[in-house]
Order: sequence, then structure tokens, then C-alpha cells
Amino acid sequence: MTAVQTAVVGRAGLRARGFGTLFATELKVWLREPTGVFFALVFPSLLLLGLGLAIPDFSKPMTDAPPPWNEAPGVTSYLPTILALAVGTIALTTMPVQFATFREKGILKRLSTTPMPPQNLIGAHMVINVLALIVSASAAVVGSMLVLGVPFAADPLTVLLVLVLSTTAMFSLGLLVAARAEKGATASGLGMLIYFPSLMFSGVWVPLSVMPDWMETIGLYLPLGAAAQGLTVGWFGTEGFPLAQVLVLVAWTVVLFPLGVKLFRWT
Amino acid sequence: MTSPVVEVSHLRKAYPGAGRGAAPKTAVADVSFQVARGEIFGILGPNGAGKTTTVECVAGLRHADGGTVRILGHDPQADPTTVREHVGVQLQEAALHDKITVGEALDVFGSFYPQRADSAELLDLLDLTAQRDQQFGKLSGGQKQRLSIALALVGRPQVAILDELTTGLDPAARRATWDLVERVRDSGVTVLLVTHFMDEAERLCDRLVVIDAGRVVAEGTPAALIEGLEGHRGVRLRFADAAARARAARLLTALSERDDDVAAVVPAGDEIEVTGTRKVLFAVVQALAAADVVPDDVRTVERTLEDVFVQVTGREYRAEENEEVAA
Repeated sequence: MTAVQTAVVGRAGLRARGFGTLFATELKVWLREPTGVFFALVFPSLLLLGLGLAIPDFSKPMTDAPPPWNEAPGVTSYLPTILALAVGTIALTTMPVQFATFREKGILKRLSTTPMPPQNLIGAHMVINVLALIVSASAAVVGSMLVLGVPFAADPLTVLLVLVLSTTAMFSLGLLVAARAEKGATASGLGMLIYFPSLMFSGVWVPLSVMPDWMETIGLYLPLGAAAQGLTVGWFGTEGFPLAQVLVLVAWTVVLFPLGVKLFRWT
Repeated sequence: MTSPVVEVSHLRKAYPGAGRGAAPKTAVADVSFQVARGEIFGILGPNGAGKTTTVECVAGLRHADGGTVRILGHDPQADPTTVREHVGVQLQEAALHDKITVGEALDVFGSFYPQRADSAELLDLLDLTAQRDQQFGKLSGGQKQRLSIALALVGRPQVAILDELTTGLDPAARRATWDLVERVRDSGVTVLLVTHFMDEAERLCDRLVVIDAGRVVAEGTPAALIEGLEGHRGVRLRFADAAARARAARLLTALSERDDDVAAVVPAGDEIEVTGTRKVLFAVVQALAAADVVPDDVRTVERTLEDVFVQVTGREYRAEENEEVAA
């Protein structure tokens, strides 16, 4: 595919003529898919608020936590997991299907015949997905603070850093999942195959606080697991800086992103 | 004489074979042709003949293994930007998101080009004005195809490459699309038309190449190609009853033995078909008139590009005879 790649390399980037129109239209069209919009934007908050209100332990204060967290509701420890889930949902359910569908429908190839390189379509959707993530994560944070009384992060900059690195690592994984799939359905299947185990190790079913040590250790080396752990450390601020988790996320990004780009088929 | 708009010489392209160590599959072995400004030029051949690969090399989507391609004087591989700005391409498959509307698609594609056609005019030309706010997924096959052509024209291209544009359309929609292609040409766009439909090529193309197994096997105007068929004029005769038919058959068989213009006499159902040179009709009518054998009906057999294909390849034309080599 190197031949095709060199053939399509041209005026890439935000300065390409028509990128603004492309981005605006893609955003409009993206918002017309109710299922995709629901999972990307609403699902994480809904899950957090639903569980926060339904599970009795989530409303009780965490009495065994060090102060000031001993007065915070139990659901506080679940918020970082939900933020990781928000990243994972977009990276593994929304993105691979999107990109593989562009390939399946011949959109990438069609763009290759125009002055607009197909890389810019992928770029536009990366931006859309980042915007979606900002909305989805903000909704989860604000919603849990307003409705469930969750205190704000002790170390917001660490949370932000881990969130950014989780996004680069997970979006790289999503790109790799979409790199070769010829059909949207194939990419969706492969994405799900990674999505559900990832959720498990990031504490969606077994909360991080009660997760057995061996699971936590495995989780540390997985991108979404490291994301959830790093976000937890940053939110509570009682364990310093999540260096190991940050390094794991950087390592995944450095490995997966070039691989995804190299393997990505444009036709 | 102006230089050709598209110039392909000795184009060669092979794809890696399936599986490890498999021999590469040659999609295009040796294809050359020139397209003049303002014409509808056809690339005709059965599926798998190498047509799509050829135009994908012309459009700069694929790198050729050998030979040269020039479009508007540029090498599409060395200088893709110019080519992409001035060549509109309509690919075989639908290439849009189901939820995008007709108007939005035109606006997006139009924004990529330095000069863009007026959307309203284009919608009118393609009879899509009423569908402007309709989503792509809800269009009919013909409407999708017309939108696909509109998108190929939105950047005011000098050359439009149209690949199998009437496949899957009903006969009425096909004829409407043919009219449209002529209007596009009349607006000053050179059209490179890829098709496996003989009737489409015959109806639309000013000139064409017939490609078979990756090689050009015939080239010219449809009329000249058909005209060039030797010994392939046919006359069909129908008679009132079997006795008259038998008598005529004996008479014409005898004629074929002494007259070089009459090549063969074969029964065709309750008719007799006589083939020969361009004088065959005269010879047959004279012989029948001399013997006072009066046919009920005489008609000449229409010759088509299909007969040209049979003559140059020595086999029947079956559009779907083998799978298109996919990369």
C-alpha cells in the first residue's frame, strides 16, 4: 500500500482547501446517528448516575478512606473508571466502525481522487471524537458532582494529563483496530472483543478498590486499565503521581499510533 | 492539432497473487490509447479485462508497473495535485455516508476545488433539484448514480472519468444517464467512459478501445469498427411455408457455392440466415427473384460491437465472464 500512500500524500492538514466545510459537515452528519451519539456522549454519564443512585454502597460515605474522602459518597471511586470507559467507548466502539465504514463505502478512495487527502477525513473525525470525549467526560464529572455529591479532583492537572494520554493511547488502538478491516461490522466485532475485557480491567464490573491484586497488576499494563488507575490516583491525590500508569500510556501510544498509521489501508 | 487530453502508452500493471509465492496477476498487460479534447472516449471490455485498473492508473489512484500515463500533460503519479484539481472521477461504488444530504455532499466536494460549479445548476443538469435535502441513503439507485456524476463535475473538471455508471440501473434510467453524459460532453468536458455494456459504448462513444485480458484488441469509432467487419453481413429471410423455405435453402446453398459474396446459408428457426460480404443482400434478392421464390419478409441482421468483439477475440462476448481483479 505504500504506492497508494505516496499517491495520496498531498496537501494534508488543517490548511487544506475545504477542510472547514468538511469538518462542519462531518460533525453535522455524525450528530444524525442517534446510537453513536448516545454511546459517545450520554452512555458514560447515564451509567454513572444510574449506578450511583441504584447501588446503596455508592451513596454511603467511604468511611475507611483517608480524610477528606471519608465523607465522600462511594460512587466517587467509580468516577475515574467511568472516565476511562468514556475514552474506551469512543475509541473502541465509535471510531473503528466509522473508519472501516469509510473504507467499506469507498469514501477514502473517492477522496483520493479529489484535492482533499483522505487523511484529512480521518483527522476531522479524530477531532470530532476528541470533542465528543470532552462533552462526555465533562457531563460525567459535572453530573456526578451535582447529582451525587462527588467532590472535585484533588489533583485536576494529573487527571487532565492522564485523560489526554489515555485518549492518545486508546485512539491509537482504535486506529489500529480500524486499520485493515474491510467492513464496518468486522471493525465493530474486533473493537468489542477488546472493549469488554478492557472494561473489566478498568473496574467497570469489579471496582478498582475491591479488585484482586493480580487483576490490578494486569490492568496496569493495559491501556484502559492504566487509564482508570491513573485517573483514580489523580482524583484522590493521596498516592502522589501515577508515574507507572503514565509511562504505560505513553508506551502504548508510541507503539500503537505509528503501527496504526503504517497499517492503515486507504482503499 | 491540439495535444491529447489523455495519453496512455504501453500501460502495464500486475497485482500480487493471492497467497505466499503465488504468481502476480496481470491486470493490464499492454494498453495504449489517446483521448482528444471534447470527446466521449470509451474503454470497453468484459469484467476483469483491466478497464478499472487502467482508469485508476489514469486517475492517479494506482501506480503503473510500466508504460506512461499523461493526463492534461501531467503524470498523475509525479504530479497528483494538478490532476486531482482538474479531473473528476466517478467510481463504481457508492462513496458517501448514508446520512449526508445531496446538497451537503455537493457543498463539501465543491469546497475542495479551486473553481466550483454552481450547485443549483448542477442539480438541475442532473435532475436532482427536488432531492437537494434528501439523505444519500434514501435515494434511488439512479439518483445515487446521478449524484455521483454531479460530484465528479462539481470541481469544473476538464476531464470526467465515469466508471460503469449505468450498472444496476433500469432501462429508462440508463437512457436518461446516457443523455446526461452527452450534455456533460456538450458543456465542454472530455469524458472517459468505462463500460462493459456494448450497447452503451455504441450509443455514446465517439471513439473507443476494446480491451480484453489486459490488451487493446480493437480501436476506433463504433461505426468504423462495425464497418470493418469482413464477411459479416447477414440477411434473414422468412417464407410462407416449409416447402418454399426448403426450395429457397437449396437455391441459396447453390448460390453460395458459385458466388464469393455469399459465405454461408444456415437455418435459423423458421427463417434462413445468409451471411456474406456487403453485396450479400443483392445476390440473395437477385437469385430469389430469378427463381420467382418470394419471401414473406427480408431483413438485414444488425451488426453490433459484440460482433466486433467476437471477430477480434474469436469468442463470444460475455460481460461477466471473469471476476474483476481486485487489489
